[in-house]
Amino acid sequence: MLVFLVRRIVFGIAVLIGTSIITFAIAFVIPADPAVTMAGAKADPQTLATIRHELGLDLPVYLQYARYLDRALHGDLGRSYVRRDSVAHLIASRFPATALLAVTAMVVSLVLGVLLGCIATAYRGEATDNALLIFSLALVSMPVFWLGTMLLIAGGLYLRSFPLGGFSGPSSLVLPTLTLALGSAGYYSRILHTNLSEAMDQEYVRTARGKGLSSARAMMQHAMANALLPLVTLAGLDLAGLLSGVVLTETVFNWPGIGRLAYEAIFNLDIPLIMGTVLFSAFLIVVANLGVDVLYAWLDPRIRLSEAG
Amino acid sequence: MKARGFGKLEIIGGAMVLGLVVVAISAPLLAPHDPTRAVAATYGDPGAPSLVFPMGTDQLGRDVLSRIIYGARVSLTVGLAAMAVTIAIGVLIGLVSGFFGGAVDVALMRFTDVMLTLPALLLAMAFVAVLRPSLLSILLVIGLVSWTQVARVVRAETLSMSRRDFVLAAQALGAHPGRLIARHILPNVLPVVVVMAALGTSNTLLLDAALSFLGLGVPPPTPTWGRMIEEATIYFRTAPWLATFPGLAIFYAVLAFNLLGYGVLRARTQ
Repeated sequence: MLVFLVRRIVFGIAVLIGTSIITFAIAFVIPADPAVTMAGAKADPQTLATIRHELGLDLPVYLQYARYLDRALHGDLGRSYVRRDSVAHLIASRFPATALLAVTAMVVSLVLGVLLGCIATAYRGEATDNALLIFSLALVSMPVFWLGTMLLIAGGLYLRSFPLGGFSGPSSLVLPTLTLALGSAGYYSRILHTNLSEAMDQEYVRTARGKGLSSARAMMQHAMANALLPLVTLAGLDLAGLLSGVVLTETVFNWPGIGRLAYEAIFNLDIPLIMGTVLFSAFLIVVANLGVDVLYAWLDPRIRLSEAG
Repeated sequence: MKARGFGKLEIIGGAMVLGLVVVAISAPLLAPHDPTRAVAATYGDPGAPSLVFPMGTDQLGRDVLSRIIYGARVSLTVGLAAMAVTIAIGVLIGLVSGFFGGAVDVALMRFTDVMLTLPALLLAMAFVAVLRPSLLSILLVIGLVSWTQVARVVRAETLSMSRRDFVLAAQALGAHPGRLIARHILPNVLPVVVVMAALGTSNTLLLDAALSFLGLGVPPPTPTWGRMIEEATIYFRTAPWLATFPGLAIFYAVLAFNLLGYGVLRARTQ
């Protein structure tokens, strides 16, 4: 298990270094001059030179990258050009709102997805199964920002039960959560349906059925354990994706999260903030990957044995 | 487990795609009005759906139905072209990685892993913002951020194919690696690629719509469904139909490709 863990961690670090190089390269090709962004278009050459020197922009590229990496490792992601605040602080201050939305949406989508997937599998090959297949494909096919706008019109305007955006208490969480969760629920239900159907045709489930277990019990007690595994991977990675900010949903609901922050950073060509949000997101994905791998190995001994051998 | 009416899925999906293509091609014949001109005398207010304007008019007095019909052109062009870019990059990397193996494989797959950790929408937004939005920049950028899944699947298929007897036999006969890939491996990987292309198009359509919605789509006056929704959000209290119809159009297009792809996938695995 230790060999497996060390291997995974080394791999994660390697991926993060690769990600930081790509992020840095992107920032480098952005044609905006940071000195001009900070000092304004009318600044004299002397001021611009001073700012460039302070930011280290007069150094060779590889030194700039080394400086950036060194600082990032110490939790310093630089300062936003536009907001005049540290990037790490900006991300930290937006994280709670994003995290609240991400975790609620993940729970709701998993519950809905597993429920839909189980029902569809229980009625395999029947009309209910077909109807649920089309229903989940429809959920997956809805553009998130449109679904959000429609829910806002239906729930906020006609029903008047929910606020029209912003972050103000539990009721403001309902519509953004649904917006995020419905699509994923459709997706998860399809994955679970495929895995569950496969498991139901396996010998061990047939044996259980042969010993007199009802179809429903065989599904829930025997097939489910194996069918849920791949869903763990997906959900883990999706959660990391959600935690790094959901640009579209946060835009529709004016949600004060990291997605909005990244969106504004891109429009202002605020390079440190763009790099910071992208790197933060990549970091979460790598950590989630690691977590999922470990969880997987713990749940399924075959994986850790084959990898370590 | 015989295909029990599931052939219907890809037929319905295919018919829906065909409908979309027909609408896009014959837009000038089908659209009742000029999509870029003010045709209703509403002066700054969106007009409600009526007999003359079945889906209403927008804040500039333009006919929503005509704009949606013309919007099909941009969406379909970007969606399909971006999918072609996605497939081209993904298939190339997957084939090379799976066929040659070794250090090439390791390098390409680690690069794919790195790309997978980057948030696709943010990356696309940043690229488009830098390159300035245009039809070409948008479809290239969407392709550039979406190829990872294709590469992984094609690599796995190539890997299993290159160990089959018929490939080994051709190799023993002295066939060139290029010939091996083109004549023996690619044709056998192609069915998977077709499925991924259909499902991939639903993804590129959604990404394109999202970029449009965020103000990074094909620039005006060309009507795009995503920007129509973005412009309509200001009026969602007074004119909810403005956001509803373009969204239904995106939904229809994405669902069409999803049904097609999923149907073919099911038919293959059953």
